Amino acid sequence: MSDMDMEDDGSGIVKKFMFLNRKAPHGTVYALEGLEVVLITAAFDQDVSLVFTDDGVYQLMKGIDTKGIEVKDFSKTYRALDGYDIEKLYVDQTSLDARGLTEDDLIVDVSVLSDDEMKNLMDEQDVVISF
Amino acid sequence: MPMVNIAGKEVEVDEEGYLIDLSQWNEDIAKYMAVEEKVEMTDNHWEVVNFLREYYDEYQIAPAVRVLTKAIGKKLGPDKGNNKYLYELFPYGPAKQACKIAGLPKPTGCI
Repeated sequence: MSDMDMEDDGSGIVKKFMFLNRKAPHGTVYALEGLEVVLITAAFDQDVSLVFTDDGVYQLMKGIDTKGIEVKDFSKTYRALDGYDIEKLYVDQTSLDARGLTEDDLIVDVSVLSDDEMKNLMDEQDVVISF
Repeated sequence: MPMVNIAGKEVEVDEEGYLIDLSQWNEDIAKYMAVEEKVEMTDNHWEVVNFLREYYDEYQIAPAVRVLTKAIGKKLGPDKGNNKYLYELFPYGPAKQACKIAGLPKPTGCI
């Protein structure tokens, strides 16, 4: 897709999409597939929020080493999201606390939300997709 | 997956000709891919190809063209980080063609 042919033809409806990442990065394909969907959505200029909750917070851990399990370490790709204009990343305090993690353990800057704030954020969305 | 012989070395490519194993990449492979894509490599082409390899190394993805354009602009200046310049170098899509030459997978979300 190129910026040159992005003329407004009336189809430029922007919806609020939330992608909810709930699973550990490896062992299932959810995290990687979820990330691909997010990158594709970004190409359509939608309003994207990315939430990492439950074991999903592990996706953002610093220092992931996948050599032993012979799969690609895509955790670095979260740092490219900024370049895709995806800047709204959220984590909930409850999930961090339950796993003994803090913001400093994460590879990207996130907003840490309380349960109530997360609930409100979900309420505002047009579409919520869970991985 | 098809195998091709490049400068005496068997390498595996996908059905669209993208290199399967990134670690096999070398200049011979880049030149072979460039011929396939009918691109005549100049220093300016290499600059983009090397930029893409660095980008991949850092982020583990092949960027979409919009993202590539912006990232090149940031690093090499606005006279290179624009569609006109990049499409002149790679007429069939800078992300698509340059990624292939750089030995990267086809960009995610590339249509």
